[in-house]
Amino acid sequence: MALPKVCGIETEYGIFVRGAENDPVAASSLLVNAYADRLGPRPGWDYEHERPSSDARDPEPPAFDGGLDPELESRLVNTVLRNGARYYVDHAHPELSTPEVRTARDAVLWDVAGERIVRRSVEMALGHLPSGAEIVIHKNNSDGKGNSYGCHENYLVDREVPFGRVVNGVMAHFISRQVICGAGKVGSEFPGQSPDAVPYQISQRADFFEEQVGLETTIRRPIVNTRDEPHADPLVYRRLHVICGDANMSQVSTFLKVGSTSILLAMIEDGALKDDLLPANPVTAVRQISHDPTLRATILLDDGRRLTALDLQEALLEQARAWADRHGLESVGVEVGREVLERWAEVLSSLRADDGRAARWVDWVAKARILDAYGARHSVAEGSPRMRAIDLQYHDLRPERCLATRAGLDEIVEEAEAARAVDEPPSDTRAYFRGRCLGKFGDSVVAANWDSMVFDLGRDPLRRVQMSEPLRGTADLVANVIDESSTVSELLERLGS
Amino acid sequence: MAERTHREPQRRDDEASEVDEGVPARSEDGTRLKAELDDLLDEIDEVLESNAEEFVKSYVQKGGQ
Repeated sequence: MALPKVCGIETEYGIFVRGAENDPVAASSLLVNAYADRLGPRPGWDYEHERPSSDARDPEPPAFDGGLDPELESRLVNTVLRNGARYYVDHAHPELSTPEVRTARDAVLWDVAGERIVRRSVEMALGHLPSGAEIVIHKNNSDGKGNSYGCHENYLVDREVPFGRVVNGVMAHFISRQVICGAGKVGSEFPGQSPDAVPYQISQRADFFEEQVGLETTIRRPIVNTRDEPHADPLVYRRLHVICGDANMSQVSTFLKVGSTSILLAMIEDGALKDDLLPANPVTAVRQISHDPTLRATILLDDGRRLTALDLQEALLEQARAWADRHGLESVGVEVGREVLERWAEVLSSLRADDGRAARWVDWVAKARILDAYGARHSVAEGSPRMRAIDLQYHDLRPERCLATRAGLDEIVEEAEAARAVDEPPSDTRAYFRGRCLGKFGDSVVAANWDSMVFDLGRDPLRRVQMSEPLRGTADLVANVIDESSTVSELLERLGS
Repeated sequence: MAERTHREPQRRDDEASEVDEGVPARSEDGTRLKAELDDLLDEIDEVLESNAEEFVKSYVQKGGQ
């Protein structure tokens, strides 16, 4: 039976300083520090159990032993927020990881909250900049010059499912889902290809994938990433770390990206996904699909058939519906799962009919519509700097410069709930415990990470509370105890920890 | 493809409330989107950075994940 699809989104934002020295690392640090300082005492990030070099293809699950991966040392600024999110500097970008959530809808909600947090950080950082200078943030995945940064998704997966089956199962979706959730891009960044060879493409990220399967995330990027760092009981769980997606401005795109992928993974766990859609050359296929916004490109499958990305998506949706009828949608949330299937069908039928309705839901379609209309009205050539500026400003988080918010995109979450999600954790995962403890006992939290928290009770030694079960620590289980405890000592005593 | 366009409305027959609204909703959506796009095009030159060429050129990021 499929596990509940606990999931989350990590977004690395583009960052740029105008009117002062453009030092992205310093600017990213300034953002995170400015925001975190407002919250008072700040817990550090606890690197225990961080093993980004553990490989899912290894037969043994990763062990909890010492040693810190060198990659982690570059993460200088790092904090945990009271909504359960992690906010930090990764490489030369500010990055925000949403708290663990139970549904695609909640993934959208805390992703939108993340955007608000980053915007607030920019306002708070302003006072630390020379007069006239500003920090500009983009929620995109490339600078148009061959440099890419990621928007990763994470999904809880049953350790019992052999990793090879996960890889084969997700491949058709990972190459073709860009048609329902690609963010769109002017020009090509594929090495060796002229930027103008592709006037417009579906995905921001497609030009950067070089392998089918692999451990890397910053070089030779693979379609399926094998990082085996479950942040939970390693004997029971995997965390599928998905690095092939685009950051979305459209809430519906985020909803479909996470919702469809959650369903596919639940189907794999239930043994309900057929293996007849394996692409013969996935790495080439990702780019072929992305480079053809007319959606006519056909992909060679292992069995010799040639299908378009829409054909693949329609076949996957049909299997997903059959799975839902037979197994139910509990693993992805019944209501949300139903909405995912409906919206998925609606987007595919709109793309198939080319009736323009998808412009309200899908970033790459919405952006293309603006570019086409602008080009027609002003006789501007494809790929011109003005077109590239429209592409870039679609993702601009400055309210007065953002084009996505002016594109007529449908919204899924209310303003008021997004505002609450800035400071409140989800109620139905362990993020609740993390967030509530930070909110109520922030002074006593020394460090935190995804699967543990370290408390200072005012006497030695420090106490670590392990949270290896992502679905423990929920409001149902701990809200009363947290509400009724007036000190951390009392809390830990009552939890029997 | 013809088969699919037929199958789609049939599925919706079960969801009675959606069927009737299907066609008018589409044209309303179309009109709304068109009006919004016109507004955006009227506004876009003010929203875009005044020196687009310079802005795009200077936008360089360090690679990340």
